[in-house]
Amino acid sequence: MAKYIKIKRGLNINLSGEAVKEVIELPNAEVFAIKPTDFNSLTPKLLVKTGDEVQAGTPLFYNKNNEAIKFCSPVSGEVIDIIRGDKRKILEIKILADKEIKYFSYTKSDPNALNREEIKEALLNGGVWPFIRQRPFGTIANPVDLPKSIFISAFESSPLAPDNIFILKGNEALFQIGLDALKKLTEGEIHLNINAETEPNNVFTNAKGVVLNRISGPHPAGNVGVQIHHIDPINKGEIVWYINPQDVVIIGKLFAEGKFDVSRIIAVTGSQITHPQHYKTILGSSVKNILADAGMAEGDNRIISGNVFSGYTIPLDGFIGFYDSQITVIPEGHEAEFMGWMAPGFNKYSMSRAFFSWLTPNKKHQLNSNLHGEERPFVVTGEYEKVFPMDIYPVQLLKSILIEDIEMMEKLGIYEVVEEDFALCEFVCTSKIKSQEIIRHGLEIIQKEFG
Amino acid sequence: MKPIKKILDKLKPNFEKGGKLEKFYPAFNAFETFLFVPGETTSPKGTHIRDAIDLKRTMILVVISLIPCLLFGMWNVGYQHHLALGLSEATLIDNFVYGAIKVMPLVIVSYGAGLTVEFIFAIIKKHTINEGFLVSGMLIPLVMPVDVPLWMVAVSTIFAVIIGKEVFGGTGMNILNPALTARAFLFFAYPTKISGNEVWINTSTEKGQAIVDGYSGATPLGDAAAGLADRIPSLMESFIGAIPGSIGETSTIACLIGAAILLYTGIGSWRIMLSVFIGGFLMAIIFNLFGLNTLMQITPLHHLVLGGFAFGAIFMATDPVSAAQTNTGKYIYGFLIGMFAILFRVFNPAYPEGMMLAILFMNVMAPLIDHYVVAANINRRLKRAK
Repeated sequence: MAKYIKIKRGLNINLSGEAVKEVIELPNAEVFAIKPTDFNSLTPKLLVKTGDEVQAGTPLFYNKNNEAIKFCSPVSGEVIDIIRGDKRKILEIKILADKEIKYFSYTKSDPNALNREEIKEALLNGGVWPFIRQRPFGTIANPVDLPKSIFISAFESSPLAPDNIFILKGNEALFQIGLDALKKLTEGEIHLNINAETEPNNVFTNAKGVVLNRISGPHPAGNVGVQIHHIDPINKGEIVWYINPQDVVIIGKLFAEGKFDVSRIIAVTGSQITHPQHYKTILGSSVKNILADAGMAEGDNRIISGNVFSGYTIPLDGFIGFYDSQITVIPEGHEAEFMGWMAPGFNKYSMSRAFFSWLTPNKKHQLNSNLHGEERPFVVTGEYEKVFPMDIYPVQLLKSILIEDIEMMEKLGIYEVVEEDFALCEFVCTSKIKSQEIIRHGLEIIQKEFG
Repeated sequence: MKPIKKILDKLKPNFEKGGKLEKFYPAFNAFETFLFVPGETTSPKGTHIRDAIDLKRTMILVVISLIPCLLFGMWNVGYQHHLALGLSEATLIDNFVYGAIKVMPLVIVSYGAGLTVEFIFAIIKKHTINEGFLVSGMLIPLVMPVDVPLWMVAVSTIFAVIIGKEVFGGTGMNILNPALTARAFLFFAYPTKISGNEVWINTSTEKGQAIVDGYSGATPLGDAAAGLADRIPSLMESFIGAIPGSIGETSTIACLIGAAILLYTGIGSWRIMLSVFIGGFLMAIIFNLFGLNTLMQITPLHHLVLGGFAFGAIFMATDPVSAAQTNTGKYIYGFLIGMFAILFRVFNPAYPEGMMLAILFMNVMAPLIDHYVVAANINRRLKRAK
């Protein structure tokens, strides 16, 4: 049954630096990297060493705890470096790309003619399995599980997010093939959730074999966790899988063209970008050339792979994250501000009306990375609830994690959330509490407890 | 502002680990962050941007919302004084200046004593100094009678900060509202200085002796408890607030201006404020039906503008730390405060002002309310699984 869900609680932040709807195609970057740290609770086991020649689709490493799950090279070329951190933890596997990408060739097939096991094998062998993630925990789906449903959020509601309708235009057929494959993986439905406010006919509305739900309201309406909560909530022991729309197309390509073609369109956004626009690129690409082309303001900038809520900081010569289709560049906020807490604050963004910026509600804001205060214990109440559209008590859940009370975490609904669901709570928090870190910690405790 | 920052940066190493004055780091930190919002940035993973609000801003807004009450309180102290002495020619300025001279020492003592304790605790326990006392320090003088001795303000403030707050772990951890803890301490330790007919109006002259003996300075509620129905000011008079009472509580108008600031900025909880008033209103209607004594006969609206009801509902009950934390819980918590406040008023002949005890009682009950609200949520989740 298709549903119409109206999200009432949330917050849209009007940031400057939205990408114009134009796609630029640059020559491929020289260096690409796959980062095992992009995957929650993954222990990688390397299959290549420095100097090895690889093709696009050659496995680079696999999941130590689930050997069937392989992670492939996005391009052909030579493994030039394996960066390790503390305790020899693998951080990056760098590949120097060929001028012309050579694809490892897989057998083409029609997913409709295959059964569940055959589809699974094709996805695992084709290296596209890591695109499928699961709730709870936000980890890569376990191929052994039978999820009760699969969710695809067709739109992102976070600030400056790319518009999937624009990005996927022309890829309808591949998207459908991807859906056909996914359809075989669950006995339940595929929920394709579209923004109720966009044009009635688009890439997504013609999709077949899915339940098309319409969601309206402010961010986090586009977060898949919120959608799952309202459409098919997760109880203890249940599993739901989810995947990004662009990655459904990648799966489609694997079946239709027999190749691991992980090209993606990304939005380069943020107040520090001179020409915010879209770029056609390949997963794991270095961002250096792209940022040089888009132009970045002088000064101390923070480059984020992803959006300002759930992305992570990368250096100028860093690489796009595995699940990200956006780069955001904002100014760093290292400057201390004289009496900042007393100032009228005409240019300060706040959900409350504690600063006089409420006089200009439509202004586009340039927000920096400053904390705007110091960390404190929980004092103000009712704040998280304004931006947390789930029937879960966010503060109580966070507190149960802080005291590491597993039973209470379960009761309060930890299986329904991952850190990105708490991003807005972290944003609005008067006490500057790092909710996302706490939630991840809670999920890790539970994973450890139940193996 | 660069020079100040430079001086601070130069002094900082003395207070940091290994510095000569390492122990006093919390004090230095409090001073530094008072002057400068730190240039600290968000972590590399997590939410990269943050709302501009912090606890200092929140607290200063509450203090600002208390200013109408403070200013009106100062004027009223002078007005009541001159009225009692029969000096009807006193101007607005005279009243205000007289009041300010009487009230400011209370404010200074309250802040002085409270902040000293806060600093000492921060240094002993090595935590940063919390902003919570900015508000408590202003609330305490406003809920005191004007003639309370300064040393008592100091003692009750110290008691409130230590027993009401620090023993639980500081701001955010306390169970009781610190300002009301101070008042309750005074009320039970030195009842003659905070109740009765003598303390609400200052009738002394410069020589320090009361020249108008026998002038009844009872609060309207005191009069009502004594059955003196004709001495209760009219609804309008009580609404404006030129009546005897604690310094900041008398004027409902001033309280409402404060409420408007708190609600518009989104700092105060409308759920609590609204439900306190509804609770009080309904309880007063119930008592009206019986109407056995003067207090029972006061009309519902009149009840809400007398005594500390409005002040308590707007500034005390809404303290987020000691109130119920869940939204549903806030309705229940506020409603019961309103009911109990009127109940205590009517049935407690020794002390006709019930708001303080009602709020303190519900402060203690708030975690219980939250417990059941959260339990209901847990049950919903369990039921869904079946």
